[in-house]
Amino acid sequence: MEAEASRFEPATFQVNDKKLGMWIFLASEVMFFTGLIGAYIILRWGAASPWPVPGEVLNVPITAGNTFILICSSVTMVKAFAAIEEGNQKMLKVWLLATAFIGASFVGVQVYEYTELIHHGFLPSSGLYGSAFFTMTGFHGLHVTIGVLCILWVAMKAFRGSYSQADHQGVEIIGLYWHFVDLVWIILFTIVYLI
Amino acid sequence: MDWSFPINISTQGVGIDNMFWLIFWITGAAFLIVEVGVLWFLWKYRARDGHKARYTHGHLGAEIIWTTIPAVTMVALGIMSGQMWADIRSPSSFPENALTIGVSAKQFEWNVTYPGADRVLGNEDDFTIRNRFEFPVDEPVIVRLESEDVIHSFFIPEMRVKQDAVPGMTIPIWFEATQTGEFQIACAELCGLGHYRMRARVVVHEADAFNRWYDEHTGAAQVAAAD
Amino acid sequence: MATMMAEPTGVPVRVEEHPQSFIRKYIFSTDHKIIGIQFLFTCLFFLLIGGLLAVMLRFQLGFPGATMPGGSLLPETMAPDGIILPEFYNSLVTMHGTFMVFFAVMPLLVGVYANYLIPVQIGTHDMAFPRLNMMSYWMFLVSGLIMLSSFWVIGGASASGWTQYAPLSASPEASGVSTGQILWIVSIAIFAFSSLLGSVNYITTIINQRAPGMTWLRLPLVIWTLFITAILGLLAIPVLTAALIMLLFDQTIGTTFFLPDTGGQPLLWQHLFWFFGHPEVYILILPGMGFVSEIIANGSRKPIFGYKSMVYAIIAIAGLGFIVWGHHMFQSGMNPALGMSFMITTLIIAVPSAIKVFNWMGTMWGGSIRFHTPFLFAVGFVMLFAIGGFSGIFMASSPVDIFIHDTYFIVAHIHYVLFGGSLFAIFGAIYYWFPKMFGRMINETAGKIHFFLTFVLFNLVFFPMHGLGMAGMMRRIYEPAQYEHLSGIQDTNTMVSWAAFGLFASGLYFMVLFFWSLFKGKPAPENPWEATTLEWTLPSPPMHGNWKELPTVYHGPYEYSHPDMEKDWLLQNERPDVVSPAHH
Repeated sequence: MEAEASRFEPATFQVNDKKLGMWIFLASEVMFFTGLIGAYIILRWGAASPWPVPGEVLNVPITAGNTFILICSSVTMVKAFAAIEEGNQKMLKVWLLATAFIGASFVGVQVYEYTELIHHGFLPSSGLYGSAFFTMTGFHGLHVTIGVLCILWVAMKAFRGSYSQADHQGVEIIGLYWHFVDLVWIILFTIVYLI
Repeated sequence: MDWSFPINISTQGVGIDNMFWLIFWITGAAFLIVEVGVLWFLWKYRARDGHKARYTHGHLGAEIIWTTIPAVTMVALGIMSGQMWADIRSPSSFPENALTIGVSAKQFEWNVTYPGADRVLGNEDDFTIRNRFEFPVDEPVIVRLESEDVIHSFFIPEMRVKQDAVPGMTIPIWFEATQTGEFQIACAELCGLGHYRMRARVVVHEADAFNRWYDEHTGAAQVAAAD
Repeated sequence: MATMMAEPTGVPVRVEEHPQSFIRKYIFSTDHKIIGIQFLFTCLFFLLIGGLLAVMLRFQLGFPGATMPGGSLLPETMAPDGIILPEFYNSLVTMHGTFMVFFAVMPLLVGVYANYLIPVQIGTHDMAFPRLNMMSYWMFLVSGLIMLSSFWVIGGASASGWTQYAPLSASPEASGVSTGQILWIVSIAIFAFSSLLGSVNYITTIINQRAPGMTWLRLPLVIWTLFITAILGLLAIPVLTAALIMLLFDQTIGTTFFLPDTGGQPLLWQHLFWFFGHPEVYILILPGMGFVSEIIANGSRKPIFGYKSMVYAIIAIAGLGFIVWGHHMFQSGMNPALGMSFMITTLIIAVPSAIKVFNWMGTMWGGSIRFHTPFLFAVGFVMLFAIGGFSGIFMASSPVDIFIHDTYFIVAHIHYVLFGGSLFAIFGAIYYWFPKMFGRMINETAGKIHFFLTFVLFNLVFFPMHGLGMAGMMRRIYEPAQYEHLSGIQDTNTMVSWAAFGLFASGLYFMVLFFWSLFKGKPAPENPWEATTLEWTLPSPPMHGNWKELPTVYHGPYEYSHPDMEKDWLLQNERPDVVSPAHH
């Protein structure tokens, strides 16, 4: 059947279903965050009153550290993928767990940050900046949380020995999602905390 | 049954109505081509015994023709409409020294604020009248449109004017009436429970009559300010 | 996510020979055909609801303040003594639009036919992700039921129009609706997620699962339109989701995105909504264009005229569809200079639609036309969609739009496109694929009666609305005749209302015909319309998994009336001995 297909269909785009599905899903996610970020840009640069200085409201150094943590988790994710590419089951598990742990830490720091901010009276109802800050970082945090759960799921499968050097698509797909979530954070951190 | 436009009493309305009828005749011709063409084909090419359909996958020339003609028509309409749009709405189209009146919408009424004796809107001698909008004929009028709560839409059918009033924004529009008479402002954007009854009286006066009316009110406003 | 992780490889679901329990087979089914049929029944129910809401609001417009027959069955908060209240009227117009757009037309086009047709037309066993597909249906059902339930909460259903313009939709004090408004937002957010799952599925399946030989330019136009529609949905709906989240937070946790008192921008909602909303318009029409192309080629017994330009037109519409949203906002207070550029793009997007209409005419030209019911609906589509296209040009011209914006001219336009267009295409598709889906025929005479009733009554309802709009009748007005400039239109409104009741009755007639044919229709052969695409090589209805062995495709989708052949149709998997590839 494969041979016949190639006879009629030269040079078809051949990416396996699940990976392709993830790419398509991520395209939709890009538009979701574009919606949020676009709204932020319109609100901020269309605002009649001066916009608060992020550094005066938010704890930028802590979040900078948190950003570094999240970037590290992308590195560990790459390591996990590299490990299974070489057929190294043990390191796959180690790196997957490390990624999940770092991801969870990121969420933990974010929860701490929220608690502090709310304690200091900065709430979603604190004007446009509060609205945008909590909505954007909150939805990103939700994405990280879902990512951590999925990584744990993949790690569990790794412990069951579901992945091999030849077949480890689950790792690759969750990796795509994870790198996407990291990338979104770098953009969010830049426009919400720094600019 | 009344299926056509209300009378037009605005200088801008002439162009708007003409543009409408121009598009009407163009699309009317296209309408006839399509509808008559379809019906004719249905009749002419109905299945008959011993008759086989023509085997063709298309005709490049025909496709180029029916791509080009609509494209050129659309671009032409776009250019004409764009010019007219600029004449009505672009900031440079606004007449200088026009009478400027503030209209503020709120659920479910129109508050019309006139400049006081100094003829400048936005200071203490302004006076406000609820649901009554009066202005002179043959003189450009600028309306600064605002809203206090939700989005409303300022619609005077006979003036061919419609503009949303958006809370948080001041939107200027201008027009010039060519006839006197009494008309109505209607709200054209769903604004809540009382949307359907959010209307106000419009009175277009002769210049003399307007000045008399205006002096009466500015006098009253000055007296009120003095108190 | 979890579902996608569950299976390690990309092997699609194979034919399952073992018997399935009733629940697995018909309720929690992963078979794309069953899911399509589930969508169909659910959508017909929501279509009925949408129609019923229309009847009620037409009653108020036709007979203002009169006691509605049966109206006393409604609660006091909607229609005390059977007289419709203004607040209930606002809910009626809002929910009529919402049900028709989100829960009837869009899922009828995409949920039903993308699910049912993609695998059988491209030649594969099932969708790429059958379980996601099942989830998509169940989320859709839940979202629809949440929407429906909002009628019975305190304050009633959302009353801020299906476009949900903020701040009316963002502040309960302004609209008088709180819970119903929140349910609206939650329901559409769930709907959006359901639609996302569908889109991922359709796109992946079409890219990856085409049968051997099914190249891109051999795809049936139905598949092309569903593919582009899925991409539009994939990229446009998440922007709505983002906007809905902001709106929900404005309603519930005190954010102020759209509330101007603290610097929020009401126009931001409109930009986000219409950024979604205009591609949505094409989501609502493109698949219909696909069905119509299929049915017109079949009825005319001719290859579709200009297959490639049809494909390019679909792609052009989709691309331009993302840069025209501002034409909904000419009178919104948006910068007039922006209005200018949106006007140009809007007028240009009329061109690919014109190309399609002329290509359909070109397909009929020189044909040997068989007037079966699906063909009548397809021709009805061409005639009515053309009118909708023409009326669109009026409002694309921004100066003319100053007058007709927010009047019944717009209402006429949207219904010519969405009812005369999309819904006629859907009726055509239902008649055309009914034999394949259920293995039974719908009686042709009965179907033609339905067509003529619908066609005549449709025009009686919606054509006069152009006139009402020109007379200046605003949308969503509970009692229009109280305005001086509208004092002369009550007769027209009453006539339109009578015609609308007739149109609803013809809809009921269709429902009866549909369910009667389901049980009593004559058994359908494999290929009742003597059509050419792959689904007609399968038994009616096809078995679970569709094919034991995948078909091989040898040529384009509409090989009708080839001069070297005795019969006038050539299925896509038939040997191309007589058809040279030069034609493509």
